[in-house]
Amino acid sequence: MNLLDPQTIAPWFIKVVGSLGLSAFWTQLIWDVIGSVSLVLFAIVSILFIVWLERKFAARVQDRLGPNRVGPYGLLQTIADTIKLLTKEDITPATADRVSYNIAPILAVFSVFMVMVVIPFAKGVSGADLNVGVLYITAVSSLGIMAALMAGWSSDNKYALIGGFRVVAQLLSYEVPMVMAMVSVVLVSGSMSLQKIVGAQAGGRWFFWVMPAVFLLYLTTALAENERTPFDLLEADSEIVAGYHIEYGGIKFAWFFLTFFLNTLFLASFAATFFLGGWRGPFAEQVPILGFVYYFLKTTLVIFFMMWVRATWPRLRIDQMMSFAWKVLVPTSLVLVMITAIILKLGLSPFWETGLLLISNLAVILVVLGFLGRALRLGIERPKRRVVA
Amino acid sequence: MIPLSWYLIVAALLFVIGFYGALSRRNAIAILMSIELMLNAVNINFLAFWRYLTPEDMAGQVFAIIAITVAAAEAAVGLALVIAIYRSRDTVSVDEVDLLKG
Amino acid sequence: MVMRVVFVVVSLFTLVMAFMVVSHPTLFSSALYLVATFLGVAGLYVLLEADFLAVVQVMIYVGAVSILIIFAIMLSRGMMGKRTSSHNRQAKWVALASLLLAILLLYFITVLMRWPAVQAGPVPAGAIQMLGQDLVGRYVVPFEVASVLLLVALVGAIVLAREREI
Repeated sequence: MNLLDPQTIAPWFIKVVGSLGLSAFWTQLIWDVIGSVSLVLFAIVSILFIVWLERKFAARVQDRLGPNRVGPYGLLQTIADTIKLLTKEDITPATADRVSYNIAPILAVFSVFMVMVVIPFAKGVSGADLNVGVLYITAVSSLGIMAALMAGWSSDNKYALIGGFRVVAQLLSYEVPMVMAMVSVVLVSGSMSLQKIVGAQAGGRWFFWVMPAVFLLYLTTALAENERTPFDLLEADSEIVAGYHIEYGGIKFAWFFLTFFLNTLFLASFAATFFLGGWRGPFAEQVPILGFVYYFLKTTLVIFFMMWVRATWPRLRIDQMMSFAWKVLVPTSLVLVMITAIILKLGLSPFWETGLLLISNLAVILVVLGFLGRALRLGIERPKRRVVA
Repeated sequence: MIPLSWYLIVAALLFVIGFYGALSRRNAIAILMSIELMLNAVNINFLAFWRYLTPEDMAGQVFAIIAITVAAAEAAVGLALVIAIYRSRDTVSVDEVDLLKG
Repeated sequence: MVMRVVFVVVSLFTLVMAFMVVSHPTLFSSALYLVATFLGVAGLYVLLEADFLAVVQVMIYVGAVSILIIFAIMLSRGMMGKRTSSHNRQAKWVALASLLLAILLLYFITVLMRWPAVQAGPVPAGAIQMLGQDLVGRYVVPFEVASVLLLVALVGAIVLAREREI
């Protein structure tokens, strides 16, 4: 086993366990169980850290200290909070629909963990390198909408129900431009497998440099899909108290909380994979273990950006949120996909192809920003019509 | 290996269940759900025949994709109709939407 | 042998869930059972080695159609009370007719028809690429017609469900 190359661990493990006299089936099963358990553990441990980071970061932005009592720099605060959540009384509202009320949080966590399978952590290291990877991500994450809807309906609470409505309206609307952004990436890299998408960004040709407009589009929709400010209408405290999980407490609330931060982690890591070259970096090819380091650095960078937005931006109004999705993001994403497809069809040399993509992306950014600025100046975003219910 | 006829049996039973629901439910949305079940049964047949008879020819999968597209369009228009009816008649029970009965 | 057990489990799950869809009196629960049925059908697609279709099934049916249905149920919540039964008066006769239809179909499939005793050959390696090329090559006309249909359905649904303005 070469410790610097994680790809050699699996064959080494199978050889060692195989020599103990177990059959190939059992060896594979044990290896798979170890792999999935370590993936889940990795995710949960990093969530503990991300929650701490977010609280500390938001505190700094708002000129506070943030958690600083439990452990050095308050690092153990999240663990204390988790223990508190887990030991709380488990309450079910009397009028709730018991089965869906209890299944919803499990389904929510389940849907995000399933996404994790395809993340490429380093060269040749991912849970499963599906050749329909990108499609798989979109399919599985739609289960999360289902979970929120179930929670909103089964709680039998008007705020929860409104939260459920908002989940569908927002997540479905923003899923369209997000999938379109992914389609552009798939077109340029020529594959839906995430490892091959990272492979297509060899030699510093990160898609961030090639398609900045698509990157911005993805980041915007990722903020919306993650229910973060300025798109946190699903749980807007001042409007609907907490949204679809208002009736949840204790461990079931902990599931939803975990889902939220897992979503942050995975959306950020997909941003890193699609646009920032994934595990690529100096010497990542020769020393694959470095891939983990680059991957984590890039993911943390994107997460920092998301926290920054959350700490500084006000919330949109619901009609602004919807018209931003359908009148700005969806047309932009369609135009971007068309431009990308046409440029790729021209059959230019790689240099000209990259240059043309970059120029057209910058042009799209300028045009969209110009239109947005004009619309804001003219006050078109203000609702003029009254609607009879 | 699973015999081809097993898939056909499952698809046939799913179709019959959908058939029963479409004709016996009162609620328009429930009828739509039953129709979706029937369409799914048809898709199972498309894919089963593709897999067993012509795996190198993608016609079966193409047909299934088109069927899914049509099903999605049907669900969208159907539900919009249901909501329009609910708004004007305050019911979605197909027995009570009988303006044309004279 | 393992495959057969998996197949029986998946298809029994699908059929039981489908039966719950048509028999459960509460509409919202029906819709949740419908989601389970769609997932079961996706499982059958995986057994048929149509991975792409399985993912599409989850994405379109679970991610879009079921959510649309649940949304419609929530929007027309007034009829969720149980003042009338969920099945109509002819339900008994429909059940009888369905039973007859089932027997007829099963008789046709298992006894009357001689299916070619084929072993499923291997799925070609580039199946997804072939599918994509067929969609924009040999079957480009149905593909385009389907996309026009989607556009028309989109516009039609908006026009139908739109609220009246002053």
